[in-house]
Amino acid sequence: MKHVLVRHEQAATHAADGYARASGKPGAVLVTSGPGVTNAVTGIATAYMDSIPMVIISGQVPTPLIGNDAFQEVDSVGITRPCVKHNFLVKDITKLAETIKKAFYIATTGRPGPVLVDIPKDVTIAKAEYHYPKKIKLRSYNPTVKGHAGQIRKAVDLILSAKRPMIYTGGGVILSEGSSELIELTQLLGYPITNTLMGLGAYPATDKQFVGMLGMHGTYESNMAMHHCDVLIAIGARFDDRVTGKIDRFCPEARIVHVDIDPSSISKNVRVDIPIVGSVPHVLRSMINVIRDEKLRPDSEALARWWRQIDEWRAIKSLSYRNSDTVIKPQSVVQTLYDVTEGNAIITSDVGQHQMWAAQYYHFDRPRQWINSGGLGTMGFGLPAAMGAKFAFPDQDVACITGDGSIQMMTQELATMKQYQTPVKIINLNNGYLGMVRQWQEFFYQKRYSMTYFEALPDFVKLAEAYGHVGMRIEKPGDVEGALREAFAQKDRTVFLDFITDQSENVFPMIPAGGSQNEMLLAERDEMVSPHDEGMVLL
Amino acid sequence: MNNNKERHLISILLENEAGALSRVANLFSARGYNIESLTVAPTDDETLSRLTLVTYGNEQIVEQIVKQLNKLIDVVKLIDLSETDAIERELMLVKTKASGELRAEMKRLADIFGGHVLDVTDSTYTIELTGTGSKLDNFLRAIDKEAILEVVRSGATGIALGQKALHA
Ligand SMILES: Cc1ncc(C[n+]2csc(CCOP(=O)(O)OP(=O)(O)O)c2C)c(N)n1
Ligand SMILES: [Mg+2]
Repeated sequence: MKHVLVRHEQAATHAADGYARASGKPGAVLVTSGPGVTNAVTGIATAYMDSIPMVIISGQVPTPLIGNDAFQEVDSVGITRPCVKHNFLVKDITKLAETIKKAFYIATTGRPGPVLVDIPKDVTIAKAEYHYPKKIKLRSYNPTVKGHAGQIRKAVDLILSAKRPMIYTGGGVILSEGSSELIELTQLLGYPITNTLMGLGAYPATDKQFVGMLGMHGTYESNMAMHHCDVLIAIGARFDDRVTGKIDRFCPEARIVHVDIDPSSISKNVRVDIPIVGSVPHVLRSMINVIRDEKLRPDSEALARWWRQIDEWRAIKSLSYRNSDTVIKPQSVVQTLYDVTEGNAIITSDVGQHQMWAAQYYHFDRPRQWINSGGLGTMGFGLPAAMGAKFAFPDQDVACITGDGSIQMMTQELATMKQYQTPVKIINLNNGYLGMVRQWQEFFYQKRYSMTYFEALPDFVKLAEAYGHVGMRIEKPGDVEGALREAFAQKDRTVFLDFITDQSENVFPMIPAGGSQNEMLLAERDEMVSPHDEGMVLL
Repeated sequence: MNNNKERHLISILLENEAGALSRVANLFSARGYNIESLTVAPTDDETLSRLTLVTYGNEQIVEQIVKQLNKLIDVVKLIDLSETDAIERELMLVKTKASGELRAEMKRLADIFGGHVLDVTDSTYTIELTGTGSKLDNFLRAIDKEAILEVVRSGATGIALGQKALHA
């Protein structure tokens, strides 16, 4: 077993998480009791929110001391309970092997998630005969894999009756390895498709049926198509508030089919008409079979009309922005990164404006290429996750698109990356601000900027060098491409590229929180309007 | 959608493991669900506990509560007893004043409600009553409020009628 000694337990969980997201295999983490566990909690919660398979083994004080406020003691099972799929405290060495088997089984099946196994010190030194069960059965846990045939049949009928269909898919497609079935079904139907932030890459972004990401910073065409569709096919997505906007104005004309492995995701936020509980590839395969066997066809005339409408929305070019010769526009860095890496790199990200630009301007053509903390939105995730992804795919280019705020939460891992030779390219979109928060202060708090400007930032070039890496500072638009090429040419080095970008750039398009999908604000075209009161609550 | 808040009696077979009860309790607080009462006790099968809870919510919320409970690994089986023919029972112990005129009156009401007087002093009665939650409420309403010294309720439990049985 290869162990990686990180510099902070939060990074251990993010790295294991990045490894899991990139490879599809569960990540594993080992931390000490007390502060080791509390440090890991952020990463555990991050994995939990995005349903990432992970097993965390934590040390615990000896069984007789549990509950005594012993040195380095914390109630690990209690503290992690709300952010794990399940957890165990092993008090008996003879139960250990079976518990570990259960932990991996639970973490990787059904809707995946992190599982913590807490092992007291005395148990770690106790002895028992080793029996690792081949198979495990839990009477209370039996995830449904195959969808209900009757529901699938009903769904197919509804899907084919659509005049204005829309396919909306999320992270579940990637987690369940359902991408090829999704592509097959989508192309068989010829319907428009959008992906959530977590679902990017499940359908090739460069395909013409792809209308871009949806939601708060999604494209105009995807949000308008959502708003006006008459049948919505939701697959492995969970109707998150950043996607739905104002819930009672969400897809007002649509009848909804929802495929998900987790029954509790269905009709949680939005009532659906045809729920199907099952694993995405299984359910989609059954749908494809029904359509093919019965030679069913969509309404081609209506579909052509619908595409004409979508193309009109597309023509608005909601992702256009005004480039500059004097100051680096963050969007252009991501676009150039895409060109330089020929769209092939694994991209991790942190949280903020840079994350949205990464999602908007790097076009992901394959699943597991885009790795970000969509659910919890954890700043600091990007760098250790990139390290984890690099462990999974040492021969692929891995880049972490980050911000000056986020990167400072995890820079200690530059040491780990040196020790284990996991070269990644760090693309720091340095705007000197907690940019996303600054943007909201500009739009929704009348430019009363507060606590978002970094009056002091480290010299990132020197910082990278201090850890034995290469640092570059790029200040002119004309130098962006050259710097990126130079960085990626250094295959075996971690390169920290500090791009000094436009401090006042904002992320567009934007649906203000609590707005409905057809109330998008476009760059340089719309005045920012105050959101509804209920929207302000969500800010 | 039905937006009326309805009362639901949910009965659960739970793994008899340390922490299983807190997983259920945690779920209600973390997701902001109402919980009115909760009882838990061992069953004939030593690996299982039986937990019964009373919650309120509209259709969508109760559907979520049931799904979220089912998602807990320690929840083996679950039944919403409000959706079937079922018997609900709760035990209540009430200590009341019982001197003067009250003495006869209390005894009479306890009899009407099918209760028993378990303990008697010069000035108090301790009465035991079982029944549905609303029957117990009615008893408390029927007696003089001033006379109540202490009320202890077990929380509701229940079982489905007929051949239907909840087992692992
Ligand atoms: C750990 C953590 N703390 C706070 C936040 C809230 N938050 C979201 S975006 C953001 C600003 C991020 O700044 P930066 O990394 O520089 O990215 P930018 O928006 O400037 O691109 C903050 C503070 C968060 N998501 N995670
Ligand atoms: Mg910033």
